[in-house]
This record gives sequence, structure tokens and C-alpha cells, in this order.
Amino acid sequence: MTEDPRPAGGPDALQPSPKVSVAAGGHSGSAMSRLLGSLAGAARLELFLVVILAFLIWWGIQLSRFFLTGPNFGFSIQAVMEISIMALAMTPIIITGEIDLSVESMVGLSSCVLGWLWASGVPLEAAIPIVLMVGVAGGLFNGVIVTRWGLPSLVVTLATYALFRGLGHVVLGSTVVSNFPAGFTNFGFGYVPGMFVPWTLLVFLLLALVTVAIVHWTWIGRQVFAAGKNKDAARYSGVRVGALKTALFAVSGLVAAFAGIILTSRTSTASPDNGLNMTLAVVTIVVLGGVDINGGKGTVPGVILAVFILATLKSALTQAGVSTDYQNVAIGLLLIVSVITPQLARLARGLLDRIRLGRSRSAPHSAPGDVIR
Amino acid sequence: MALSGRANVHAPSRAGLLIGRLARSREATLAGVVIVLAMLVWLEAPNFLSSTNLISVTSLTAIIAIAAVGEALVIITKNIDLSVESTMGLVAFVVAEALKGQNLPVPAAWALGLGLGLALGMANGVVITVFRVPSIVATLGTLSIYRGLTYWVANGQEITISDLPTGYTDPASQTFFGVPLFVILAIAVVIVAGVVLRYTVLGRQVYAVGSNAEAAATVGVRARSTIFLVFALSGMLAGVAGVLWGIEFGQLYASSASGESLAVIAAVVVGGVSIAGGSGTVVGAAIGALFLGLINNALVVLNLPQEWLQVIYGAVILLAVATDALVQMRAQRAKARSRMR
Repeated sequence: MTEDPRPAGGPDALQPSPKVSVAAGGHSGSAMSRLLGSLAGAARLELFLVVILAFLIWWGIQLSRFFLTGPNFGFSIQAVMEISIMALAMTPIIITGEIDLSVESMVGLSSCVLGWLWASGVPLEAAIPIVLMVGVAGGLFNGVIVTRWGLPSLVVTLATYALFRGLGHVVLGSTVVSNFPAGFTNFGFGYVPGMFVPWTLLVFLLLALVTVAIVHWTWIGRQVFAAGKNKDAARYSGVRVGALKTALFAVSGLVAAFAGIILTSRTSTASPDNGLNMTLAVVTIVVLGGVDINGGKGTVPGVILAVFILATLKSALTQAGVSTDYQNVAIGLLLIVSVITPQLARLARGLLDRIRLGRSRSAPHSAPGDVIR
Repeated sequence: MALSGRANVHAPSRAGLLIGRLARSREATLAGVVIVLAMLVWLEAPNFLSSTNLISVTSLTAIIAIAAVGEALVIITKNIDLSVESTMGLVAFVVAEALKGQNLPVPAAWALGLGLGLALGMANGVVITVFRVPSIVATLGTLSIYRGLTYWVANGQEITISDLPTGYTDPASQTFFGVPLFVILAIAVVIVAGVVLRYTVLGRQVYAVGSNAEAAATVGVRARSTIFLVFALSGMLAGVAGVLWGIEFGQLYASSASGESLAVIAAVVVGGVSIAGGSGTVVGAAIGALFLGLINNALVVLNLPQEWLQVIYGAVILLAVATDALVQMRAQRAKARSRMR
């Protein structure tokens, strides 16, 4: 992650990857120092994100005195919970250097399957596990094709992006199912009694904790980073890269199906168009959170901060009277700016070095990864 | 010793020939599939060959094919442009808006569309080459930025065919010796791009950057300039496709051409351009567009449920890339076997 002193693309194969070497000695003492070390290293990016978040909250308060109130918080955060949960599952996939573009279509497919089952008289207690299994099956399909056939996940999940959406249309036709029981819709729409905390936020926080634990504190996480930094080196170190990636895709499918259930519950509508354009938002959260789209680098806490940044930005824009159609401009800009900023920091640092060192223009300065990550 | 040495010389070259023939015949194979499929559709539904249907299906295909040529250039350099649908939508809407509000002459509208597409493509190119944002992230961003700009220009309005001058929308139904004008334009684009790719230094550079960026840099190819150029061209061709979209439909919304990036990328991939960069042709991309357009039309004329369209799209993309992978695996195995001998 952050303790790698070399910029990405260096001869990682020749140096023992720090993640892999750490795997050998896993005592509690070294775990503590490892944790502290990674916290210190990651702090600069997370600090940057906290500054953005603080600025957005300040801006929101300027726009409306109701901005920093419980109801607005609950409402704003609830609206991004589906994409946020999917971003948690997308994070390790992108860290391994893959991508899953099909998540938004799995949201639509799972919503359709749920609606179809419910409309044909299957009780929700039975329908929900079936829908989750559909998600796992879809994710496994992605994972197996990517790893067994050695195809780029970009193309495979672009194909299943069409495939899953199409299957949703086939399952439900052009009908819309909306007569779900109140007990079910309350899960997506309701709050913890007496608080402005949506139920779905609790679910998100729980899943976020699990993701942090797995990605940053277990051997699975170390394998994820190793596979993303150098696939061959990871394989030679005993990481079953194919099985790992297949499992990550299966989890992504499962989580996308779960997000589809939440969306169906929140809007109390099962429709083939559910989840349209969500993939953009999911990838935006992950990249904004500092995960390198080329793999090997990133932190889950960064992604969690990005969730709150996105929710705050959307809420502030709504307060400013910007409609959802235009909000996508801001989100797209945010995505690009979040990647450009480290580059600008690098350029600025290079410029400073040049000024400080006077005429020696060839002064070595390090690559983008070091500055913020 | 001498004998085995000889076998060593011959075996790989035979395998090499086979791979070469397979790779070369990708376009021919696909064209054959298109012809067989067209004949099957015609047998089932004779009205498939009616001139109105043919003009409609080939015109739509031509639009996608022109955008696919630009996308193919980008993908050959091992990048991707997800923003084509938003470029098409924004160009189509802005041109129509200019024709409606400013009474722009038709040739000026064409120039506006071309120029706007070029500018949007150059913006992608700047973000990718100057700020070094990976193209998938950059164009995912501009996909929503350009679409948002279209909503801003549209401001809740839509444009109907009565808003547009007839001189603008006429080419949709015009033919030249029986061939729709759009198709002639698409063929011209494919020929120019194909010749440039195959016979010029620039074309070689596009392949070089995509197959091995470091080696290309060593021999003096300026990868960033080449990548900037292909994104600019992709934007320009998406602009042309956007203008044609407006002409073809005459009715424009802020959401026009949504989802077409998938169709464009699918056409390129089905047409045999490898997403890993460095291989494929624009002719393949155009035939890929024809193949997908034909499937789309077949569902309509055979009265099959439209819901299956996206399922078939997905399956076809998977089938195409899986076939490629299989051919490559076979080739590698053949090579390994011949080396062992």
C-alpha cells in the first residue's frame, strides 16, 4: 500500500513486495506497528479528503441553515447507500487491477427477479435469498470468464452489463411491480426509531467495517494488493490469483443484488430500469477515495470518506437548486479532478524542486504516487 | 540434428501462417456471417429487403460505424473512449438548437457539429495526455459531463422535426444510385481511416503505441501526441455521427443517443479489435456495426420480443472475445508444441 517507496511500474518483480514479505511474520506486535505505519502513510490522502468534506459542509451551511440537521443528513445519506455498498465491493476488485462495469445491471436484474417472484406469489423470505443467489451466480459468471478464459474484465463486464440488463427486461417485461409490503419498504425507506439514522446506513457501516478488516488486516487483503501490484510475482508467492479474483467478482455480484433489493425497498418499485447509470457513481466513489484505477494501491477508509463527500456534494447541489441532471456534471468533474490533483501536486513539487535547486533542472523528483498516497 | 533443426524452422512458420490466415480472415468471416444471417432473415421475412427497411437499417448502422471507426483508433492504442454517446448527444442537440434558434445555414451546421465533436475529443485528449488521467476514468467523467451539458443546453425542451429546416433532414432518405447517402459517407470514412492506418507512418504509430508503448517510445514514437490525436479524431467522428443522428431522427431530447457507447464499443470488439491494443482494423469495426445493426433489425422484422436485444448484444460480445482468446490460446499451444519438438 503506502509503505512501498518505489513508484508504481518499477521493477516490483525483483523486489519482494512489502505486502508479501509482511505476510511471513504476523505477530500481534508487528500487526500493531504495521497498522500504525499504514495509518501514517495513508493519512495524507485521507486528510485531503477530510478537507474537501469540510469545505462541502461549510458550503452547504452557507446555502441553508437546515443543511447540518439530522433530517437532511439522514435523507442525503440514504440516497447514496446502494452505490456506496457496491463501492465497498468494487474497491478490492479495482485494487487487483480489474473492474466490474456490470454492477448497475445486476441491480436492475435483481430488482426484476424480486418483483417477478413477489408478483407470482413467492413470499419475500424465500424471494430474497433467491435474488442474492442470482447475484452470486452473475458475479461468478463474470469471474470465471475473466480468470479461466483470460479475458479483460472491462470487456467481459461490458458484455454482462448488457446481458444482465437485458435479462431484467426479459424477466419483468415492461411491467413495474410496486405493491410490496410496508415491512419490506420500511427497511430501505425507514430510520432507526428516534434517530435520523437510516437502517441502510447501519448496514453500510457494518459492511464498511468488515471490508476494512478484510482488506487491511487479513491475508486475503494482502493477497489482493499483491495480485494488483504484480500478478506474476503474487502467483509465484503462492497466491491463487484466479480463485481470488473469481471470489471478488462473486462478492461484487452478491453485493449488487443486495443493493438492488435495497433500491427496490427504498423506492418500493421493481423495474428493469432500476440502477441505471449507477456504475459511474460507484467507480467515482472508489477512484475519488484514492484507489488507483490501474490497481495495487488504495485504502478502504478513503473510499468511505468518498461516500460522505459524494452525499454531501449531492445534498449541497440540491440546496443550491441544481437538478439531478446537472449534478452529474459536478460528479464527473469531481472524478477527473480527484485524479488530476495528485498530478498537479507532483507538477508543483517538481517546480518547487527546480526553483530550490536553481539551474540543475534534471533534479530527480518522485512519481505521483508518493505525494499523496 | 539437421533434420530436427529443419522441423524447428518449419513448424512455427506453419502455425504462424494459420494464425495469420485466421487473423486476416476475421473481417471476412464476420462478413460471411452477416450475409448468411441476412439471407436467413430474408427467408423468414421477405419485407426485410424492402427499400424502406434497408435504408433504415443501413443508415442507423452507418451512424454507429462512423463512431466505431473513431473508437477503433482509440482502442488500438490500448485506451478506451466511453464518452462517445454523450458527444453524439451533445453535438446532435447543439447543432439542432443552432439551426432552430439562429437560422444557421446547413453547411455551417455541419461545420459546427464537426468542430464541436473535435473540441470535445480534444478535451478528452488533454485530460488523458497532459494530466495523465487513465482514459477509462477520464472518459467516464466526460460521459456524464457532456451529458449534463446537453441537459443544460436543452433546458427541459426537446426539438421536433418541424423545428429543423428541410434542407437539413432531407439526406436521411436520399440515395445515390440506390445507396443511402449515410452509407456512402460511412464507407468513405472507413476507407480514409483504413488507408491512413495501414499505409502511413501515423497509422503504424497508432499500432506501435498500442502493442508496446515502451518499444514505440524507444524508436521515437511520441505516444502522448498519438493518443491525443486518436481521441481528437474519435471526438470528431462522434460529432459526425451526432449530426447524422439528428438528421436521421429529426426528434431530439437531452437524452438522445444514451446507451450508444455500448453499441459502438460492441461493434469494435465484435469486429476483431483487441481491447489489449495493437491489433484490429477499422473495416472490422464497421462490419461489427453492420452485424449488430442486422441483429437489431432482425428482431424487429421477425416480430421477436425487443427485450432480448441487450441479452443478444451481451452474448455476442462474449462470443466474439472468447473466440479471439481461443484462437490465441490454440496458437500459443501450437507454438509451444513446435518448440518442444
